[in-house]
Amino acid sequence: MISMEHYLVVSSIMFFVGIYGFIARKNLLAVLISIELILNSVEINFSVFNRYLYPEHMEGVFFSLFGIAISAAETAVAIAIMINVYRLASNIDIRHIDKLKY
Amino acid sequence: MDLSNFLMMRQELGLVAVFAVLLIYDIFGGETRAMRWFRPLAITLFAIHTLAGFICPMPEGEAFGGMYVNSQLTVLMKNLLNLGVLLVFMQAGEWLRQEGTAIREGEYYVITLATLLGMYLMVSAANFMLLYIGIEMASLPAACLAAYNKYREKSAEAGAKYILMSTLSSGVMMFGLSYLYGAMGTMYFTDMAPLVRFDYMTVLGFIFFFAGLAFKISLVPFHMWAPDVYEGAPTATTAYLSVVSKAAGCFALLLTLHHVFGAIGQVWYYMLWALTVLTIIIGNIFAIRQQDIKRFFAYSSISQAGYIMLGVLHGTETGLTAVIYYLLVYMFSNMAAFGVIASVENKTERTDIAAYNGLYKTNPRLALVMMLAVFSLAGIPPLGGFFSKFFIFASAAAEGDYLLVFIALVNTVISLYYYLRIVKAMFIDSPEAGIGVRLRTDGYNSVSLVLCTVGIIAVGLVSNVYGYINGVGF
Repeated sequence: MISMEHYLVVSSIMFFVGIYGFIARKNLLAVLISIELILNSVEINFSVFNRYLYPEHMEGVFFSLFGIAISAAETAVAIAIMINVYRLASNIDIRHIDKLKY
Repeated sequence: MDLSNFLMMRQELGLVAVFAVLLIYDIFGGETRAMRWFRPLAITLFAIHTLAGFICPMPEGEAFGGMYVNSQLTVLMKNLLNLGVLLVFMQAGEWLRQEGTAIREGEYYVITLATLLGMYLMVSAANFMLLYIGIEMASLPAACLAAYNKYREKSAEAGAKYILMSTLSSGVMMFGLSYLYGAMGTMYFTDMAPLVRFDYMTVLGFIFFFAGLAFKISLVPFHMWAPDVYEGAPTATTAYLSVVSKAAGCFALLLTLHHVFGAIGQVWYYMLWALTVLTIIIGNIFAIRQQDIKRFFAYSSISQAGYIMLGVLHGTETGLTAVIYYLLVYMFSNMAAFGVIASVENKTERTDIAAYNGLYKTNPRLALVMMLAVFSLAGIPPLGGFFSKFFIFASAAAEGDYLLVFIALVNTVISLYYYLRIVKAMFIDSPEAGIGVRLRTDGYNSVSLVLCTVGIIAVGLVSNVYGYINGVGF
């Protein structure tokens, strides 16, 4: 039997892998993928809490749905901005995007 | 569905109406001569909307099953945000008419209004889902605004940094919210408040939630995005982020902390105390060594956020009044400074502090406005900044928090040093490195600068303003 804790372990691992990836990855797209991991771990959390602890309401599932829609919008904006970065700087390596560092 | 719920959202509906008119105008009038009238129309419509918010009586109560709540307080907060956006609109026009951005002039106004709608929802939310949607609606389009200068690498970089940091922060915030949901089984503020107690899951969720919101208002360990984004973004956007966006974040933090998490006050009191001290000190110290004026104002606005937190900390009625009053004065002062920066940058493309050397010789009026703005930010009487700092310190001292007030006072003195650097550059330094030309400031921008100057002086001296805010209360 898969209990709630199993899901929570998976989602926590996903969350922290996402945080690690956000810090360690050197490519803007990989950073974006890491953020998606974070958002998806949150959605798992909401669905699981809803299903196991509060099955009488649908609040958690709705939050997940809204979260999915918003993260899609966020990806669209982020990719548009990254394309613009690529046009101007000819690459999307974080180490080269340092015009504003100093 | 009961459509009468929408009557509660009069300000939102008004904003959506302005938004729709401008969007349709922009779509059908794009690249024709009709676009000449776009900016006057945008400013007039939005000015009417702003005035209506102050004058028309707004209904109080809840809508949509308690998800959305409107009170005197939220109406006042929205009016404040409106005022900031109106000033941004006036200042943005000159830059938008330049070659690289002229073709997309209308979009700027439309996107700004979209973010403002998100901020309305942040302020009026009585449910964490609506709060989250509001925050995302406010920050996704704001990234587009930061990346608006399509042909400038710095602007694109600022946009990329802003969108990544803001989504990371909302991801962290959502993670916290998921644990809060797990612990309490509801997302409504009113249902949640009595269930909040000191257990691991609630505190863990709260800390993640708090960290996410602290990103938005750039409290210190979470401030690293602010200077980069503020420097790279177009000046109008910088002004927007540093004033309106920050004000909305402060309101959301204030409302959630006291309406929902009041029961675990002992947890967040010390957290926020430490962050306040760090924010004020680090913002000040890093501001001293900046050479770029937009970066300089970024650090200055970080330390100002710390002062605002002084009023949030105790959640008393005087603290709340002081926060709103502080944000009003801060809005006028910062918008005045950014109006001058925009004016200098549009004509000469310079944002280094050396460009302001001898500004008094060439542009005495701009120099005077800038001087009033930085004096108000530093808190010199009789300008508004002095009174706002006074009220906010008094509200913290009334709760016996003398150590915090002392640290903040010492930092006010430090801040005076770096604010005076700009005044020294304008009035004393030799004008060789300066811009050396007489600038012709665009008409709308001049109006906004006059409004800001009047605001800086009058808000402090006319006690009705404080009385009015005080009368609204919780």
